[in-house]
Amino acid sequence: MNDQLETTRPDPDTLLNRLKQEEIKSTKGKLKIFFGMCAGVGKTYAMLKAAHKAKADGINVVIGIVETHKRLDTEELLEGLEKVPLKELTYRETVFKEFDIDAILKLKPTLVLIDELAHTNIPGSRNVKRYQDVIEILQNGIDVYTTLNVQHLESRAETVKQITGTTIRETVPDSILDQTDEIELVDITPDKLIQRLAEGKVYTGESSKQAIQNFFRKGNLTALREMSLRITAERVDKDLRTYKIEKNIYEVWKSGQRLMCAIGPSPYSSNLIRWTRRLAYSMESSWIAVYVETDQKISESNKEILTQNFNLVKELGGELVVTQDMSVIDAVMRIARENNVTQIVVGKSRKSKLQRLFSKNDFIKNLLKKSDDIDVYVLGGERIEEKELLFDVKAASHSSISKYFIAAVIIYLVGVVSYIFQAQIGYQTVSLLFLLVVAILPLANFGIGPVLFTALISALGWNYFFIPPHFTLHISKPEDALMFVMYFIVASVTGTLSSKIRIQQKLLRQREEKTNLLYNLSKKLSAAGNLNDVADAAIKEIENVFNAEVVLIFFESVKKLKAKPHASSSFAFNDAEWAYSQHCFINKQKVGRFTNTLPNAEATYYPLESKSGVLGVIGVSVSSDLPPSFDQEELLNSFISQITNAIEREYLNELAKQSMLSTESEKLYKTLFNSISHELKTPITTIIGAVSAFKDEKIFENKSILQKFMSEINIAADRLHRLVENLLDMARLESGNLKLKLDWHSAADLIHASIERLKDESANHKISVNIAEDIVFKFDYVLFEQAMINIIHNSILYSPPGSKIVVEAVQRNQQCVINISDNGTGFPDEVLSKLFNKFYRIPGTKTGGTGLGLSISKGFIEAHGGTITAMNRNTGGAVITITLPMK
Amino acid sequence: MSVKNTVVIIDDETQIRKILSIALEAEEYKVIEAENGKDGIVQAATSHPQLVILDLGLPDRDGFSVIKELRTWTAVPIIILSVRNSEEDIVKALDLGADDYITKPFNTSELLARIRANIRRTQQSDDGSIFTNGNLTIDFAARIVTKDKEEIKLTNTEYLLLVLLAKNVGKVLTHSYILKEIWGPSSVENSQYLRVFIGQLRKKIEDDYSKPEYIVTEAGVGYRMRNLG
Repeated sequence: MNDQLETTRPDPDTLLNRLKQEEIKSTKGKLKIFFGMCAGVGKTYAMLKAAHKAKADGINVVIGIVETHKRLDTEELLEGLEKVPLKELTYRETVFKEFDIDAILKLKPTLVLIDELAHTNIPGSRNVKRYQDVIEILQNGIDVYTTLNVQHLESRAETVKQITGTTIRETVPDSILDQTDEIELVDITPDKLIQRLAEGKVYTGESSKQAIQNFFRKGNLTALREMSLRITAERVDKDLRTYKIEKNIYEVWKSGQRLMCAIGPSPYSSNLIRWTRRLAYSMESSWIAVYVETDQKISESNKEILTQNFNLVKELGGELVVTQDMSVIDAVMRIARENNVTQIVVGKSRKSKLQRLFSKNDFIKNLLKKSDDIDVYVLGGERIEEKELLFDVKAASHSSISKYFIAAVIIYLVGVVSYIFQAQIGYQTVSLLFLLVVAILPLANFGIGPVLFTALISALGWNYFFIPPHFTLHISKPEDALMFVMYFIVASVTGTLSSKIRIQQKLLRQREEKTNLLYNLSKKLSAAGNLNDVADAAIKEIENVFNAEVVLIFFESVKKLKAKPHASSSFAFNDAEWAYSQHCFINKQKVGRFTNTLPNAEATYYPLESKSGVLGVIGVSVSSDLPPSFDQEELLNSFISQITNAIEREYLNELAKQSMLSTESEKLYKTLFNSISHELKTPITTIIGAVSAFKDEKIFENKSILQKFMSEINIAADRLHRLVENLLDMARLESGNLKLKLDWHSAADLIHASIERLKDESANHKISVNIAEDIVFKFDYVLFEQAMINIIHNSILYSPPGSKIVVEAVQRNQQCVINISDNGTGFPDEVLSKLFNKFYRIPGTKTGGTGLGLSISKGFIEAHGGTITAMNRNTGGAVITITLPMK
Repeated sequence: MSVKNTVVIIDDETQIRKILSIALEAEEYKVIEAENGKDGIVQAATSHPQLVILDLGLPDRDGFSVIKELRTWTAVPIIILSVRNSEEDIVKALDLGADDYITKPFNTSELLARIRANIRRTQQSDDGSIFTNGNLTIDFAARIVTKDKEEIKLTNTEYLLLVLLAKNVGKVLTHSYILKEIWGPSSVENSQYLRVFIGQLRKKIEDDYSKPEYIVTEAGVGYRMRNLG
C-alpha cells in the first residue's frame, strides 16, 4: 500500500464533495441542535433562550412547536415569541396537534423553533418523521433550532437500550448530524439532574414515578452523559478536521480505509450495520454493505427484514452492493477486493458450539481462511429473542417433502422395471440406470437434498434387491462391494454437480433476463427520435415490464413541474398526486407509496435526476398491495436511470438546435447590417462627392458638368428613398400590423402606373402590357403598386439591356392572374425556391440591393390572400406569376 | 498639358464611378472605368495610367491582392477608397504598396488634391534641390531649413524626418514606413519614438503646434505633410 506518498495531500474527491456541500449549504437554512443526554437537562429552555437573543438581534423568529411538558421555567420563556398555530389532525378519534409545516413555509421566517427532532408524525402528515419536515424546511432556506436526546440517534439507540433497559422507539438517522451546522450540548451533572427531578422541575404530576426512578439512576445518567459528551467531541473533531482541510493545514490524512459488512435477512444485521456505520464515522472512511443472493429461497417475512436492512444501509449513508453467487464467502471476498475494502465486519455466529463444529459452512471460519490481508472484525452479539432465521425450510420448494416422495417413487418404478428385466440386463447395469435417475433429477428442479436422498436409497435399494445375495444388505463378492461404494460416491458427486450446474444456470438465466430487459429498453429509447417518442417508449416499457400504471411529468422550470403529465401516461392523475410529484421533484428523492414520505399516495414517484438537473418525475402505480421486491426495485431504478439519460440526450439536442438557430439568425442579422450599410453608403457618398465638388470653381462654372453632377445626385437620392421605403415596408410586414385599405381598383391602371414609375430605370428595356379586358376588383392600391414595382424593377435589373419584359393580366376562376415575363437569362434552378426569401440575393450578383424587394412583394400579395411564384420559361427567360383572389 | 493624364478607376458601384469620372474629367483627366479587380488590372496594363483609384471592397477579388499584383510590375500611384473605421485595412494597403487613401464619403476637392499630389510626386525629377511648401523652404544641398525666411535649427533626426515628409508632400506615410526609413527595420514597432520626434518637429516649424498645418496626423495610419502650395 503506497499510502505514504498520498498521506499529505487531501483527496481531491473529498475536497470536491466539501465544495459541493458548501454550495448546497449556502442556499439551505442552518440547523442548530440543542443536544442533551436525556429529558429534563434543559434543552428546550436553552433553545428558547437562544431564540430570545436572536429576536433581540433583530432576527425574525417564530415558534413552530415547543413541548414544555408543563415545566414552569420553560413556559415562562414562551412569552414574547410569535407562535405559528398548530395543525389539528384526527387519528383514531383523538385530536392531535402537529406543527403546521405549510404555514411555516408560506410565512418564510428567518428562524423557526421545532422541538423534539425525533418525533414521529401522526399518520396523515406529509412526512412520517419530524426530521424529514425539518429537512424540507431547511431546503427552503429557513433556519431551524431543534432539540435532540442522545438516545434518539439511530446508531446509539441500541446502546442506550442496553444501558437503561428501555426500548427507544423514535430515532433519527445519524446522517442528520452531517447536515447540522451547529450542535450545542446542554450538559448537567447527574446529581443536579436527580435533584431537579426531586424538586419536580422535570416531570410534574404522578406520571409513572417508578419507571422514571429506574431511568434516572446515577449510573445510567453518567453513562448517557459520557455518550453525549463523546458525540459532541467527535463532532468538534470533525469540524476541526474540516477547518484544517480548508485552510490547507496538512497532516497525516486518511490512508483510504474502507469498511464492509456482510448482511442478510436477519434482524441482527441491523446491529451490524449500525456498528459499521459508527466505526466508519469515527474513522472517516466510507463503508459498504454487501448482500449475497444465493439459491436459498427466503421467506416473505425475511424478505421484509432484508428490505428494511437495505433501507437502513442507505439511510445511514453506506453503499449497498448486491451480488449473486453460489458461495457467500467467495462473493464477499470478491466484492471486498473489487472495492478495495480494508476491513470486513461480521457478526459472531449464532449457532451453538456443537452446530458450528459440524457445519461445513461456518461463515467466519471460512472467511478468516480466505481473507488474506483484509482485517476481519468479529462483533460479539447478544442473543436475539426473535426466531432463528437462517434456513427457512418451508420456503425451500426445491427441497420440499413432496420432492423426496416423488424421488422415492421414481426409484421404486425404475427398480421394479429393472427387476423384471434383470436377467437380460444384469445387476451391474441396474446401477447405471439408477445413476441416470440421480443425474437427471436436478434438471427437474430437485434440490440437493432430495438428490442425495435418491442416491442413498437407490444405492441401498440396489444393494438389497440386486446385488447377490438378494434381499440382504450383505455383499458377498468383494468386487460388488467396491462397486457399491463407488456407486454411492459417484451418485453423490454427480447429483451434487448436476444440482450446482442447474442452480448456476438459473442464476445466469435470471441475470440474462434482467440484462435483456434493460437492453430492450435501451434499444427502444435509442430509436426514439424526439422527446415525445422517448417519453412514450419509456412509459410503455415500464407498463409492460412491471405491470403497472405509469405517469411521466416533465419539468416546467427549475422549481416546478409541468401542470399536465405526458400524454402517453396511463395513470389517472389528480391534483393531490401532482402535489406529491412536485414534492418528489423539489426534494429530488423517491416519495409516495411504500416510502417513508407521503406514504398515502397512489403511486411511487421517482425523480429523473441528471447532470443537467431534475428533468421530471415518473410515478409508478402497481395494483398489488405488496411493496416491490428488491430485485424489482433495482430493475426499476436501472430503467429510470436509462430513461433519464435518454431524456437528457433529447433535451440537450433541443438546446443544441436552438443554439444553432440563434447562430443562424445572428448571421442573417450581420448580413442584413452589412448590406444595408453598403446600400446607404453608396448614394450618400455620391451626393457628398458631388456637392463637395462644387467648391471647385472650375466645376461650378461649367454648366454641363454641373448638370451631370445634379443628375447623379438625383439618382442617388431616389435610391436612398427607395431603400428607406423598402425598409419601412419590411418593418410593417414584420410587425404584423399590416392593415389593407381595400377599395375597387382597375388592375390595368395599376400596372400602367407601376411601369410609368420605372420610366428611368427601364430606359434600356422594352416593357409591353397585355391585358385582354379590364379586371376590376378590391385590393390595396398602394401596397399592390409597390409589389408590382418591386417585381418589374427586379426583372429590369436582372435581365440584360435590350431585353423585353411582358406584363399580362387575365381573369380566371374568380382570380386575377398576372404574369411578368422576360426573355433574359432566367434563374438558376436552385435559386427558384429561395427567391422570395428575405435578404436573399442570387449568389454572384453585383453589390447593391438588399434582397428585400421580392420578399416585400410576396408579403404584400400574401396579405391579400394571393400567391406568387417564379419559374423559368422553356422559351428562355423567367416568369413571375401572381394570383389574387377577386372578391 | 497636351497629353492628358490617365486615371483608372476600379470600383463596383456604378454611381461612384460616375461621380469620380465627372470630377476627374472636369479636371482634364482621362478616365477609364473598371467594374472589378480582374478588369481593373487589365485596364491598368493596357492603358498605362498615371494613377489608379482602387476600391477595397471589390466583389470578385480582395483589394489587397489587386495591389499586390499591380506592384509586381508597376509603380503606378494607387489611391485606395475605403470605409471609415478601417484603419487596419488602410495601413495594410499602404504597407502592401498603395500610396494614399481616402475614405468614403469623400470630399471631392480633397481627393483631387491627393490625386494631384500623388501624380506630381512621380513626375517630379529628383534634382529639385529646393523644396517650398507654404512658408517652409528646404535646401537639400545645403541642408538648411527656413520658415518665413528664418533659419530653423533641427537635429539630424528631425531633419531626416522633415525631408522624408517633404519628399512625399501630400502623401500619407505610415508609422512603420517612417520608422523603417529613418530608424531602420528593427524599430518598426516603436511608434512612441515617432510621436516624440513629430512633436518636437512641430514645435519648431508650426505656428501653433497644437493645430498643425504642415504635418498632419492621420489617425491610426501615419502622418502627412500637407501641400500648402
